[in-house]
Amino acid sequence: MLADQDRIFTNLYGLHSPGLEAAQKRGAWDGTKFLLEMGRDWIIDEMKASGLRGRGGAGFPTGLKWSFMPKKSDGRPHYLVVNADESEPGTCKDREIMRHDPHLLIEGCMLASFAMAAHACYIYIRGEYVAEKHALQRAVDEAYAARLVGQDNVHGYPFDIYVHHGAGAYICGEETALLESLEGKKGMPRLKPPFPANMGLYGCPTTVNNVESIAVAGTILRRGGAWFAGLGGKNNTGTKLFCVSGHVNKPCNVEEELGITFRELVDKHCGGMRGGWDNLLCSIPGGSSVPLVPAEQIIDAKMDFDTLRNLGSGLGTAAVIVLDRSTDIVQAIARIAYFYKHESCGQCTPCREGTGWMWRVMLRMAEGRAQKREIDMLLDVTKQIEGHTICALGDAAAWPIQGLIRHFRPEIEKRIDRYSANPHSDAVPMAAE
Amino acid sequence: MSNRRLAPAAEQPESFAFTPENADWARGQIEKYPEGRQASAVIPLLWKAQEQNGGWLPRRAIEAVADELGMPHIRVLEVATFYTMFALEPVGRFWIQLCGTVPCDSCGARELKDMLHARLGAPGHVSADGNFSWLEVECLGACCNAPMVQINQDYYEDLTPESLGRLMDDLAAGRPVKVGSQTGRVSSEPQGGAATLTDATLFDGSRVGAWRQRFEDKSKAEGEEARGKDEAASTEARAASEPKIAKPDAGRAVERPAADAPAQRAADGDAPTKAGDKADADVLDSPAKRVVEGEPAGAEAGAQSDLPRDAVPPQPEASGASGDAPAAEPSKPDAAPSKTDPAT
Repeated sequence: MLADQDRIFTNLYGLHSPGLEAAQKRGAWDGTKFLLEMGRDWIIDEMKASGLRGRGGAGFPTGLKWSFMPKKSDGRPHYLVVNADESEPGTCKDREIMRHDPHLLIEGCMLASFAMAAHACYIYIRGEYVAEKHALQRAVDEAYAARLVGQDNVHGYPFDIYVHHGAGAYICGEETALLESLEGKKGMPRLKPPFPANMGLYGCPTTVNNVESIAVAGTILRRGGAWFAGLGGKNNTGTKLFCVSGHVNKPCNVEEELGITFRELVDKHCGGMRGGWDNLLCSIPGGSSVPLVPAEQIIDAKMDFDTLRNLGSGLGTAAVIVLDRSTDIVQAIARIAYFYKHESCGQCTPCREGTGWMWRVMLRMAEGRAQKREIDMLLDVTKQIEGHTICALGDAAAWPIQGLIRHFRPEIEKRIDRYSANPHSDAVPMAAE
Repeated sequence: MSNRRLAPAAEQPESFAFTPENADWARGQIEKYPEGRQASAVIPLLWKAQEQNGGWLPRRAIEAVADELGMPHIRVLEVATFYTMFALEPVGRFWIQLCGTVPCDSCGARELKDMLHARLGAPGHVSADGNFSWLEVECLGACCNAPMVQINQDYYEDLTPESLGRLMDDLAAGRPVKVGSQTGRVSSEPQGGAATLTDATLFDGSRVGAWRQRFEDKSKAEGEEARGKDEAASTEARAASEPKIAKPDAGRAVERPAADAPAQRAADGDAPTKAGDKADADVLDSPAKRVVEGEPAGAEAGAQSDLPRDAVPPQPEASGASGDAPAAEPSKPDAAPSKTDPAT
């Protein structure tokens, strides 16, 4: 288990004050000026050395992302945008950072902005998080009052930070949709290229980072990239906030080393599996977008990017949804399919039409009111949606269904058999109906 | 996509104007954004309008916000109908949004839903006393405290049908209620208290500054041995001996144009098999290229024909078309992702 002194989010549970004074006692804003004086290249090198991979789901190396920003401004301002539109089902980690450890985030924004020559930072917080918005705004006001940020601050680097409030759209968690939304439009993803590092917010170079990726920066720079890289495993370094929800005895958020096994995570922090380990059916280890992993594969798997990818799934946001044998797994995936139908922005046809189609077929399959050949048809449709849309929402909608068919095809077939073995007055409809 | 329409004309108020203090607040919001980018404030202003209008957005309010920001009405209508948190029809005094996505669904949200159905009827309707209306919504991001609802602006977590019923009784009667977990949890710690974050030295300030030792040791060591081997150099050395995969493809799809397209191969110098591929290669990534070359970003498609048809766009030396892109990448982190770098 991760030692307490290696934890970054020391007020994760809000047992202490989120205020500036208490945050400084916990180590936030400690020597920020010293770190800034080490220089831009040092900060980026240290972030690269830490091996930190973005915490928003894709796992792209954060230091590398920062280095994509133009070294010199061509007259356009640079922006840092923090993605606090946390809406991946199962994920509730950024919320805790914003309401309990906001100063780590604000300090991280300052450091990251400095490393990318940005003088302004927008934090895009999801609409539902009203209390969190107020908590974060309070912390920003405190930082301004203490002249830690602002045009004339003690660090000698003019820097403004703004909290922007969204209005409830999952798609705004996609970086270009977030930028569109921030510009006052519908949150519809943009085609890339041009990438945000060249043309982002208001057509200016922009980097979009997840809250957690930014909030860990201060501690990484203080304690060194080598310290962070020493935790976890190769290519999967550091600590990560895990959000364990579902059928465990005590669901919770917890910061742990990447590479902790699923069993240890649940036993040590969540009071064990509800009904014992034999009761585990499967887990969705990275938020609803990733394919599920059945019990026998996940139980002793290391929770890190590469292991889970090799299991045909992904770490995503490390939102571990645990499902036990009481779960109607087909219905659960149908519910996820409904989520993507609801959240598709409607821009690309395969996603707009496909998510609704998949949901309707999944609903019938949950009842068993389908033909067995429709399973392959459904799988085929998911493959046609995957990779054929502007953003990854199409992929995210396809993967859970692919995971279900990969691991639970007999369960779907059993239902179809059971349904067709009983007399029903209505004819069994075809997929397209 | 969800189908969202404005409330019927009979329910729409005649007019809408911000109260003086809300108008002041709105001006403060607009100031957050650069000159000429006041459209960015559209969501905050719609929020305020919704709040002022008792929790829902009438057409007049949408138009008032558009006028305030100098935006065409249709642009703001688009925004108001796109984002699901803008209620386009009247809601109850207490607007209950029940999270029904998988983590909550598997922890009892369905029982809550049945209870709300029984007590308030179909979703989307205001109860007879005007107190409540409810809707099942998608993940509200409090999954470790499932099941939960949001009532107006507050989260109520770790619910059962009984505790939600009591909560509604208390709200309707104007009694004080406890926001957050209804089972005594502070936030998302394990029920009964966490076994972690118990080390008192984390909180009393005694660890502040301990990290500086690292820099003092380093400067001392450098003074003695003059190794001249700084952190960055050792990183590079490490990268050479144990290269990390720079672009893992776990999770979401990565930003990568089709590296093995015929046009790309033609651009890389392979003999094109078809004349059309060659022509495609010339205009490969042309919007980004135009920006690199300093042409106006908004140039329309017609501008492409101005490009010399036989010019090959500048290509990075290490081509990703051969399929070994990940190994080649760490050595050139300077490559701007917008250029025609096939590995990016």
